[in-house]
Amino acid sequence: MQDTVIESKAPTAKTVQVERTKKTTKTESNAMNAKRSPTEIAESITETVGKPLAQNAKLAMRNVNVHYDQKQAVFDVNLDIAENQVVALIGPSGCGKSTFLRCLNRMNDTIDICRVEGSIQLDGMDIYDSKLDVVPLRARVGMVFQKPNPFPKSIYDNVAYGPRIHGLVNRRADLDDVVESSLRKAGLWEEVKDRLESPGTGLSGGQQQRLCIARTIAVSPEVILMDEPCSALDPIATAKIEELIAELSQNFTIAIVTHSMQQAARVSNRTAYFHLGRLVEVNETEKVFTNPDHELTEAYITGRFG
Amino acid sequence: MENLHIDQHISRQFNTDLEHLREHLLEMGGLVEEQVADAVRAIESADSELAEKVLRTEDEIDRREVALDEECTLVLARRQPAASDLRLVLMVTKANRDLERMGDEADKIAHMAIALNDAGGATSPRGFVELRHIGNSVQALVNQSLDAFARFDVQTAIQVVKGDKQVDRDYGSAMRELATYMMEDPRSITRVMNIIWALRSLERIGDHARNIAEHVIYLVHGMDVRHTSVGEIEAQLEERE
Repeated sequence: MQDTVIESKAPTAKTVQVERTKKTTKTESNAMNAKRSPTEIAESITETVGKPLAQNAKLAMRNVNVHYDQKQAVFDVNLDIAENQVVALIGPSGCGKSTFLRCLNRMNDTIDICRVEGSIQLDGMDIYDSKLDVVPLRARVGMVFQKPNPFPKSIYDNVAYGPRIHGLVNRRADLDDVVESSLRKAGLWEEVKDRLESPGTGLSGGQQQRLCIARTIAVSPEVILMDEPCSALDPIATAKIEELIAELSQNFTIAIVTHSMQQAARVSNRTAYFHLGRLVEVNETEKVFTNPDHELTEAYITGRFG
Repeated sequence: MENLHIDQHISRQFNTDLEHLREHLLEMGGLVEEQVADAVRAIESADSELAEKVLRTEDEIDRREVALDEECTLVLARRQPAASDLRLVLMVTKANRDLERMGDEADKIAHMAIALNDAGGATSPRGFVELRHIGNSVQALVNQSLDAFARFDVQTAIQVVKGDKQVDRDYGSAMRELATYMMEDPRSITRVMNIIWALRSLERIGDHARNIAEHVIYLVHGMDVRHTSVGEIEAQLEERE
């Protein structure tokens, strides 16, 4: 009865642990040698992994290439943004995500050396059609920038400016309604309703950003593009904007560029990961942040680029 | 993600944090392995002193469980880990609990060893063959499940899942065997019941080893394979290839 195998040796916790770790270190270092650099991996990407296309696409981008002069910034991107969805564009600095975002309402037109190829359609309409007027396009596809940039005008006029120049409303009473409802939707009304005539630039940073969002939604856009809208804001103002994004997504289609991965995880339905101008992966946000398909996405969201 | 490069974060402190979680889980695992081995040996060699040692060490395991959970909480709060890092932290908290439960079962086995000795020791070897057989299998499972974790090795993890099935079968036939003994000799009932409780604990330890193996598959592939048959797990893994 006593000659059991169990008798042989009872390893102590520490020795077992060290033994096991040794084995692991070995396999890991082998894997390391075989590993290609992120740049090599990114440059060899020809196809986006995951699900870049979607049902009922509001914006459909196909084979989009963007060049600044000789330098190519975006490589053959295919992506759909579905109606009433929030899509987050993430990636390291210089990966082309902002460039790509700015293509979606032709903001890059203002840059002489910038050349956009491929097709970008809004509800099936080619937005790069040479006959298309960009002013109404930008009313349909609004943009919120990194730094809050209110006009040097009163809070009221900041919001009323768009509807006025687009001729959306004529009577003062209607304009008052648009201003109020836009400020309400932007979550700013309660804070500014008693000082609508004071300058917009006198507000705090977070309030200014919400004013810019109110200004954007005052012209009833269909799509809102946000380029790092919270990077200059404190956590409370950020939380308010994020809350707002969730509410706005019920009526608008939103694409947001953000450097905060937690923010992308919190606010978006789908996440698109860019690297060196390539669209590496697009998937449901919950998938991207728990079990991404591509190793570069994994490396980026877990903070492993050195 | 075959290779979880936990040593390649930009933040070296983060590397250290995750490495510590891993080390501490393995240390806890080593301790629990020892507890299971000692508890089984205490019955087999009628060694009450060894059984007492198991009972004393149980407190140490409880203490480690709490400390490791605390560590995981801190990593979650400080680092907001994502993807494989997140899965590692979640996996460690779950495996931690499984190990602690294994420790509890070892504790029960040790109690049975003391009860058996008090009742006069090994007057009859009935049930010891089963105990030794299942004891060996279960210890191998615990060992493999920890190896699978240490090397992030899915193949070994699957072996554990399969091994646990075998243990369940062996446990079933041992129960039938022991029921026969009790019918043949009603005087042995108390003694055989103690063996049965010990076997029951071993079988539970096997289940916990299987849980840890499933956590390893979750950690490596992000697939939740709880409540899934071995066949289905293998099919899902093949699909990934």
